[in-house]
Amino acid sequence: MQSGRAIEQSRPWPRHVVDHTSWLRAIREISKGHGDMLGLWSDGADVHMLLLDHESSDIGIVSIECPNGRFPSVGHMHPPALRLERAIRDIYGLQADGSSDFRHWLDHGRWGVRHPGAKPEPSEASGEAYAFLAAEGAPLHQIPVGPVHAGIIEPGHFRFSANGEVVVRLEERFGYVHKGIEQLMADAPLDRAARLAGRVSGDSTVAYALAFANAVESALEVQVPGRAVYLRALMAELERLANHIGDIGAICNDASFSLMHTHASILRERVLRASRLCFGHRLMMDRIVPGGVIDDLTMEGAVALHALLSGAKKIIPRFVDLYGDTTSIQDRTVGAGFLGSKLVKQYGCGGVIGRASGRGFDARRTPGYAPYPELSFKVGSAHAGDVDARVWVRFDEIKASFGLIEQILDKMPEGPIRIESFPEPSETREGAALVEGFRGDIFVWVRLDASGAVRRCHPRDPSWFQWPLLEAVIEGNIVADFPLCNKSFNCSYSGHDL
Amino acid sequence: MRKFLFQGLLRSPLTEPAPALDEAAVAELAGALTKASRRRLGRSLSIREVDAGSCNGCELEIHALGNSFYDLERFGLRFVASPRHADVLLVTGPVTKNMREALERTYAATPDPKWVVAVGDCAFNGGVFAGSYACVGAVSEVIPVDLHIRGCPPEPVALLKGLIALVENRT
Repeated sequence: MQSGRAIEQSRPWPRHVVDHTSWLRAIREISKGHGDMLGLWSDGADVHMLLLDHESSDIGIVSIECPNGRFPSVGHMHPPALRLERAIRDIYGLQADGSSDFRHWLDHGRWGVRHPGAKPEPSEASGEAYAFLAAEGAPLHQIPVGPVHAGIIEPGHFRFSANGEVVVRLEERFGYVHKGIEQLMADAPLDRAARLAGRVSGDSTVAYALAFANAVESALEVQVPGRAVYLRALMAELERLANHIGDIGAICNDASFSLMHTHASILRERVLRASRLCFGHRLMMDRIVPGGVIDDLTMEGAVALHALLSGAKKIIPRFVDLYGDTTSIQDRTVGAGFLGSKLVKQYGCGGVIGRASGRGFDARRTPGYAPYPELSFKVGSAHAGDVDARVWVRFDEIKASFGLIEQILDKMPEGPIRIESFPEPSETREGAALVEGFRGDIFVWVRLDASGAVRRCHPRDPSWFQWPLLEAVIEGNIVADFPLCNKSFNCSYSGHDL
Repeated sequence: MRKFLFQGLLRSPLTEPAPALDEAAVAELAGALTKASRRRLGRSLSIREVDAGSCNGCELEIHALGNSFYDLERFGLRFVASPRHADVLLVTGPVTKNMREALERTYAATPDPKWVVAVGDCAFNGGVFAGSYACVGAVSEVIPVDLHIRGCPPEPVALLKGLIALVENRT
């Protein structure tokens, strides 16, 4: 991570431009499990890799120049990179040498343009057939599902190969909700880019806005006021709470346990209403901006939050009893959709999914960001790796968020909530941030030009390292358990497709 | 489980009274709903939701319509799993080019008479994603739209108002 040419303007983590040999050495190290690859992206010219070293817990970015439009494949030795490489090729036209998968990923042949991120070329927009991996044998049949699904959910395609009821192979195909967000952010003023960041995945709008703001503030080396830091964390915990509660209900609903779903939906609605009362928007979109936050918490808001908490703290133990004591739901969730710790570690899989299979990573702890080092909380954990474990970890995190919200309300300093103006950097600056959303660690990397506008931005959803594992999890389960397994993951389509 | 069931018997419902109708929405619908179709469908509509590139924000709020506070089904509105069972398509998102054909095919699979409700600012004009190489923009550029419900995302009450206007005979 430390070899090669250091880029001076990279904050808070160093970035080094390395040669072929060092790039390959980095790949070898992560493929041996000595570190995690937390991101792989391009700015159109170079390819960058975000690395976490296990021994030192250091984070760093290594970059390789691609003068001939090619770079040595990471996915060749480290499969979690495969889809990211395919996305880089689709958007920027850079080829991963040695990769085993040359199918398009985000590009379905419908944009009327190839590699829109760098030297775009016009093309036919007639659509392309996709070569799904074969599963052959007399008793096998295929079930195509999507992109339009049966529920009120996002679009994507799942191709099941089944032997009777048992799934032999699941292959995912995504990109349906690709909106070209990276290119919309390129050369956008800060406020527009922040609005876009808040719409990468609407369920994680707070976490994305926070990651974007943190990255920009790191690049510009500005500190936001203490009260803003606490208000941001308050919003982030409310978002986590609302999503985890909703997910527990939805998982139970997919096993036809609608009583839990009904009560969880009521509690989720109460959280959203309190959020609206405090911050003026049920999902708290556009409330976090580079420099601070736009709404202060009023006395009325604080009272509403205390009331919400005291009600929720009474009802959650009853949810725990209801879930834990009902054998018919346990019968569906225990043992279903098993995910082993080996895959989780290899993929650097974050969030509830990783923590339910023994990978304890939480960006609030490592690398950690304000105000979490000043607050005490327990990260949820389990080792069973099944749907049931993912429900229990969600319960753990709900309880942790209760404690966090109380501490935040208690410790929140008085003072301003936003810095009015930014210094003009007068040179290119780069910033990055890792933020723990309800789904896992969200990474945002940003390059600002001399005027302080966004030159390039790359938001990386945690789902990139979770979706591939769903394919592994479903193998050997029955088709009817797919919705249950899928909901226990609850990965993002929009955040992944960008 | 017993506790929850008893509580359901003893406490008063959380469901809130129906919101007053939005005049603009009613006016927009006046042209779209004919007497004949109202006679055929009665006061109930089956809705198929289609995400055509949304960030998932609109979906969260559409989901919320089913909770006890809004209780969508009391108005004769329900979500169905197939366009073939639907009277109404509820479409969100700036219609990504990768979803355009799926949206067209979903519309074609919906039997007549049918209505399209475009939900959210993206579905109205592309929203923050307007102008992208990967998005068509407004839903109305792909299929005919009968009603727009604006917002980013629209709150459940705004969605309710629009949908109730669809079933109410107020023209």
